Amino acid sequence: MELLLPYLIIIAKIVGLTFALGLPLIAYSVYAERRFSAIIQDRVGPNRVGIPLTLFGGKKDIPLAGLLQPLADGLKFILKEDFTPSHVNKFFFWIAPALTMVPALLTLAVIPFGSEFFGEKLVIANVSVGPLMIFAIASLSVYGITFAGWASNNKYSFFGGVRSCAQMISYEIAMGLSIIPVLMVFGELNLYDIVQYQADHGWLLLPLWGDGQSLERWLLLIPLSIAFFIFTISIFAETNRMPFDLPECETELVGGYHTEYSSMKFALFFLGEYAAMIVGSSLIVTLFLGGWSIGFTLDAHVERIFGDFAGLIHLGVFLVKIIAFILFFIMIRWTVPRFRFDQLMRLGWVVFFEAALINIFLAAIIIGAPHMGTAQTIVASIGLIIFTILMIKVAKGLDKAINKPKSLADHLDDPSPSESL
Amino acid sequence: MPLPLFYFFALLMLVGGICVVALPNPVSSALSMIGSFVGLAALFIGLNAYFVGTLQVLVYAGAIMVLFLFIIMLLDLKKDSAPKFSPATLGAAVVVPLVLVFQISTVISSREGSDAFAPLNQETLSAAAATLVHKNDDNISADSNIIADLNQGELPDVNIIGQKLFTHYNFPLQMVGFLLLVATVGCICLSKKIATKPVPAGQSAAPSRSSEKTVDKTPRA
Repeated sequence: MELLLPYLIIIAKIVGLTFALGLPLIAYSVYAERRFSAIIQDRVGPNRVGIPLTLFGGKKDIPLAGLLQPLADGLKFILKEDFTPSHVNKFFFWIAPALTMVPALLTLAVIPFGSEFFGEKLVIANVSVGPLMIFAIASLSVYGITFAGWASNNKYSFFGGVRSCAQMISYEIAMGLSIIPVLMVFGELNLYDIVQYQADHGWLLLPLWGDGQSLERWLLLIPLSIAFFIFTISIFAETNRMPFDLPECETELVGGYHTEYSSMKFALFFLGEYAAMIVGSSLIVTLFLGGWSIGFTLDAHVERIFGDFAGLIHLGVFLVKIIAFILFFIMIRWTVPRFRFDQLMRLGWVVFFEAALINIFLAAIIIGAPHMGTAQTIVASIGLIIFTILMIKVAKGLDKAINKPKSLADHLDDPSPSESL
Repeated sequence: MPLPLFYFFALLMLVGGICVVALPNPVSSALSMIGSFVGLAALFIGLNAYFVGTLQVLVYAGAIMVLFLFIIMLLDLKKDSAPKFSPATLGAAVVVPLVLVFQISTVISSREGSDAFAPLNQETLSAAAATLVHKNDDNISADSNIIADLNQGELPDVNIIGQKLFTHYNFPLQMVGFLLLVATVGCICLSKKIATKPVPAGQSAAPSRSSEKTVDKTPRA
């Protein structure tokens, strides 16, 4: 029993945090998306599915405001015909949906959901390379969509797959560079310690308490806000959410990479997107907004009052923050129109990449200034200004070079098929 | 790492490696290579090298193989004839692995210390922290994050690698970075189409604004 206990605890954490908490969260974010979009578009949305008492001889169903809609959706997906077209590559066609869903769920393993609950930290794997682990596993999720597009053996699906591939590679760079200032502030890659640091010293974007109230810390808000901005938008691109959902853009590509998919295989793609969204928002919350901490130095009091149950309170706080972010994702989806593919690429490579690089230098100077002399600081600042000007020059030059052959006249005169995706 | 897990991931690597060569479809080969990389990463993590294992997935499986796949898919390879092996290829295929085996065997035989690796626990890590501060050739001060983590019984592998790279190997690191930059610029220069000077007949060098506008107004099919 003594030997088995650690394994039992790990299994309980996996089942509890991934299956009992993660999967319902995914299902209900679909429901939230439908209800929220209905509110935005002045519709009613799915408000009927409840307890079907009439099936058992009752007089009226109990609607419950449609809260059981996810169950009905799941049932529908399972009961639909699972059609595999004859022209596809069977093996890759079958493995692609799993390759989308599995990485998204795997990344939940390193996210700290709460503080200690009876001496056990509410994180499945407390590894020392948290954000890197998430980036690594999330970068594998590109294969699902790419294989789906390729295996479908269909021009539009293939375009969707290639677009997704290009988009995710491009934004991974901006995303990775943008959090370097954040990691420089923490000096730490363990997500649990990062949250603990923020509970003690103030959230990254809200340094109102703790010993983080120095001028340096407030100056750091400039690079950190830029990092937050770039990171959040990159997460939108990585999850293929609305302003950047070019891989499945209906107006151009029918359904994109999932055109040939039906039934539960389609549902895996669909839910994989929501799972990635949840992981993305929990990463944003963990890095920038204090993770599970309540903030305002209340965490120590909560731990004193609630004792071993403080972990549950923190879990609730974390869920509230994640849900707020998911609603933000949904709101953006239903208010911002879709980008064009070249606009998306330009934003990633010409704007965000350079901005993230400059941001790293800015943060480094602010962090290093107290340790350097005045002269060195001035020299470094001049260097930063020169670097910024050079970067903007390079970016503008790139922008012109990219956009020159894009006029309609060139395409009409050119008899060869256009190479743009 | 528990022994069954080691065998599982080692098997995954080997099977992946064999499939890369054996499978006829290049996309299947790419997928097996990804599997092999993931197995390798898991083995690194089993050796407590979390950072190296993560980078293995992030860089090789997540970025380089994506580019490979991109190119394989865009090339649209048809079923090619059975590969022919020239004697030179076969000779290279024998010699290169032999050289690698020789290299690995020399490295293993020259390993200093006893045969058994010390287990990672509180005592060995604290001892390592003490020697690091005592020797002081990496400029690690006694109040740094590395020493604090080691004394708590955690292995701060990212911090140690960073400290080593940016103190001992700072100049080689910058040089490697510069070489990579030069290689990238060279690649772009080589792959860029050289602008042809003569303008093709029937197309003005730079379409004037008016002509562009007239084209814009033509109704599209």
